[in-house]
Amino acid sequence: MSGPSRLPGGPEPTLRFTFDGVPLRGRVGDTLAAALLANGIGLVARSFKYHRPRGILSAGVEEPNALVTVGEGERREPNTRATDVYVYDGLVAHSQNRWPSLAFDLGAVNGLAARFLTAGFYYKTFFGPPSRWLLYERFIRRAAGLGKAPAEPDPDPYEHRSAFCDVLVVGGGPAGIAATRAAVQAGERVLVVEQDLAVREAIDEARVLTRTTASGVWDHGFVTLVQRLVEPGQPPAPGQPAQRLWHVRAGRVVLATGAIERPLTFAWNDRPGVMLSQAVRRYIERFKVLPGQRVVIATNNDDAYATADAIAAAGGSVVAILDSRAEKSAVARIAAHPVHTNAFPISTSGKRHHLRSVEADIGGERTRFEADLLAVSGGFTPVVHLHSQAGGALDWDEAIQAFVPGASRQAVSSVGAAAGDLPPVGIAVADLPDPKASFIDFQNDVTAADIDLAWAEGYRSVEHLKRYTTLGMATDQGKTSNMAALARLASVAGVTIPQAGLTTFRAPFTPVTLGALAGADGGGHAAPNRRLALYDRHQRLAPIWQPLGLWHRPRAYPVAGETLHQAALREARAVRTAAGIVDVSTLAKFAVVGPDAAALLESVCATGVAKLAVGRGRYTFLLREDGMVMDDGTVWRLEENRYLLTSSTGGADRMEAHLSYAHRVLAPHLRVSVVAQQEHFAGIALAGPLAKAILAELTGIAPPAHMGLAQAEIAGVAVLILAASYSGERAFELYAVASDAGAVWDAVEAATRARGGAPYGLEALEFLRIEKGHIVIGAEADGRTTPHDLQLERMLRKSGGFIGAAGLTRPALSAPDRLQLVGLTSETPIPEGAMLVTATGEPVLGHVTSAAGRVLGEGAVALGLLAGGRLRTGERLLATSPTRNQSAHVTVTAPLFYDAEGTRYRDGD
Amino acid sequence: MLQIGCPFCGARAQSEFSYERTLDSIVTLEMPANEAVRRLYARANPRGFDEELWRHAFGCRQWLVLHRHRQTHEIASVAAFDPAHR
Repeated sequence: MSGPSRLPGGPEPTLRFTFDGVPLRGRVGDTLAAALLANGIGLVARSFKYHRPRGILSAGVEEPNALVTVGEGERREPNTRATDVYVYDGLVAHSQNRWPSLAFDLGAVNGLAARFLTAGFYYKTFFGPPSRWLLYERFIRRAAGLGKAPAEPDPDPYEHRSAFCDVLVVGGGPAGIAATRAAVQAGERVLVVEQDLAVREAIDEARVLTRTTASGVWDHGFVTLVQRLVEPGQPPAPGQPAQRLWHVRAGRVVLATGAIERPLTFAWNDRPGVMLSQAVRRYIERFKVLPGQRVVIATNNDDAYATADAIAAAGGSVVAILDSRAEKSAVARIAAHPVHTNAFPISTSGKRHHLRSVEADIGGERTRFEADLLAVSGGFTPVVHLHSQAGGALDWDEAIQAFVPGASRQAVSSVGAAAGDLPPVGIAVADLPDPKASFIDFQNDVTAADIDLAWAEGYRSVEHLKRYTTLGMATDQGKTSNMAALARLASVAGVTIPQAGLTTFRAPFTPVTLGALAGADGGGHAAPNRRLALYDRHQRLAPIWQPLGLWHRPRAYPVAGETLHQAALREARAVRTAAGIVDVSTLAKFAVVGPDAAALLESVCATGVAKLAVGRGRYTFLLREDGMVMDDGTVWRLEENRYLLTSSTGGADRMEAHLSYAHRVLAPHLRVSVVAQQEHFAGIALAGPLAKAILAELTGIAPPAHMGLAQAEIAGVAVLILAASYSGERAFELYAVASDAGAVWDAVEAATRARGGAPYGLEALEFLRIEKGHIVIGAEADGRTTPHDLQLERMLRKSGGFIGAAGLTRPALSAPDRLQLVGLTSETPIPEGAMLVTATGEPVLGHVTSAAGRVLGEGAVALGLLAGGRLRTGERLLATSPTRNQSAHVTVTAPLFYDAEGTRYRDGD
Repeated sequence: MLQIGCPFCGARAQSEFSYERTLDSIVTLEMPANEAVRRLYARANPRGFDEELWRHAFGCRQWLVLHRHRQTHEIASVAAFDPAHR
């Protein structure tokens, strides 16, 4: 008998699971890896690049080889470590990256092409002709890979939770439990997290989270935990999430994260049947599985002797202990096993994808041992990931040949093995006769030869080495391979390991499911949906909704099968010929009140404010400190010391902060109060040649003149009427308290429809404002445009003293070749976003910012930003969008296409 | 995520706050153009503590001055903004 098997005795295996379709059984508490070994299965995976047969290396989260796909359908979870999933009844597991089967994999021919897929292979292919890369790409995509992600949405809920504690203990082993007990005795609130099923010993006073991984340590004691409530592929209990992401703020953090055993580097060290020494012990002692019957142990430390004892006690045979140290240690001297000093494994051979013999170098002599298991121990590396993430320094410990936690930056301390409390190791290493077959990083198929090659090609920094060879990447992040890689790099570079340096440890410690990061914020909950106060009124008309930031606004109200464009054009024509109403509630609105209200407004507005008469309003714009246009809107003087400032929807939150900054930081002496009223008032704009008559009929008062204001009642609701026009027609904005605005909308809609008008949406609003050349923040004012660029410079307040006045004086901002706002006309539709050129292949002179068809006439109009545009009126240009394969011949005009004299919106006032 | 001790509200998560700028990059309304441009474009970038203006935007909305280490994130002090600091 050879290969892995379950030890006699113990409970019946009652859990049914399958691996590659074969029905198997496991015991409660088995990891998938333990259950596979118990069923005599040692070959579980194919490697990433070369399709090498791979087995189980470890018994923990560091596993680089045994990656499997667990679960079915939408719960399929690829690249799950078989050592970190517990068997449940009905578990379905599949091996990955093989065809047609795990045992007979055609892709393994890549192993023969290993010479071809060396370090930097992908990178090098980029230098050849593009046609060659296209050839390689097809080959690489078919050959290299891990598991496939499910295409269906994840059906399971996830949630986020927060917790606070005085002490967070990461790791429930002996060191973690000791730290927990001490903290509890000191009266501290303790939270213990353990990624395994249970902690070593329960402590009633401490809160314990099992199957929970501390995935990241951030700033000021902030730690993220990922808690698995079910295993991969397993449906959660009703009403329960599959996983929880915890946000923990801890007074201090104790890291009892243990250590990870290192493999040894020799030829064909990746064969199934080569296993870490402590993993062998764990499979025997915890899972009652003997991973092999005839065992060779290769070690550089005393710890592996305990593994030899465990194998012998379990009925296995220890063929030889290859101890790399020259002298027998005290433990070695009393060992009841054949011990060889100055002994190294050199190579392995196998049969049917499993280990058959080990070739050793013992004091310079080659010897071959028949064996089905090779237990290796290259020493132990403290798990310093979280210490390092927290900003802690690392020190080199020569005795254990590993980095240990140094000075901490935060209240983070390490205890036990994580602090370096580990057996010392011998430092002698064997020469590698075959570096091409000596694997350093099993998961990424990086060999010692790849590291040598990267060095030879000039990759000196360990960070470059990592990226060039893909060493330490993917799901295991080099947990078992980093130190071996550093040792190899240090030896080719002729430096010590600490001189070679380390790559940065980044969160997460182990892979995190994206669903856990999203929590409950998936689907329709990804962002809040800000509903208009008049939502029900719009919904009755079944509009096409358009998201605008977090708001959703009607884009158009199609009737009788109209397309969006047909509906918007009908709505815009109604505004030009009769009347229309549109919801403008989302405009930012600020009440600015107090004796110094005008002074505060003049500090933020680049236009004059103080001379505004009571009962009047005017257009205004605001600048950033660098002189670029930040936002625009209107300012109204409601009373002597009371103003209303409106600004764009998208900039509302930014404007709130801006006004607060201007007041509290720049001008705290001003006696003024600013109240954000965006959602307090709903707004309805009534526009069109019949708007004035409709408003007079609804209110019984004479409507205010253009840029005037009035107070009135509509349907018994008090409304503030601001006579401002965005559409270019005579128009009024009606503001009412949001909760009462429904009745106002109903009355205005009925009166408008009675005169042949209609409600209109954002699309029609775009058509109307483009014809009038009104800018939109984010389109024409894109953060790089000055008032001069937008032809607004005549409105600038000459006396200065506003935010942005100083920045605007920089000479480059008045250069003649700047991008300036222009109008563009064409016979054919103008593609929005198109670049403006004189002819195909010529330099880009600008771009189209907004485009539309004429509302009443024929042809298309657009606004654009064009280099030196003001002096280009009459020029013919090409507006071309190669990505959409659209273009139009355009003529440069002034940015105003409709009613240039402004007689329509003034309407005889 | 940082934890910031708001002098008005107590210790709160960074997500409640918004960063504004360093104190030495505040451009006052009276500042001459060359000084304004210098403050905007030629700021100090110390590897160490700096004085920063933050706002408890999703809390008390007050403006605060943090002494924060720009490399370690250590916060030595948090105080209400005093216009004399500009």
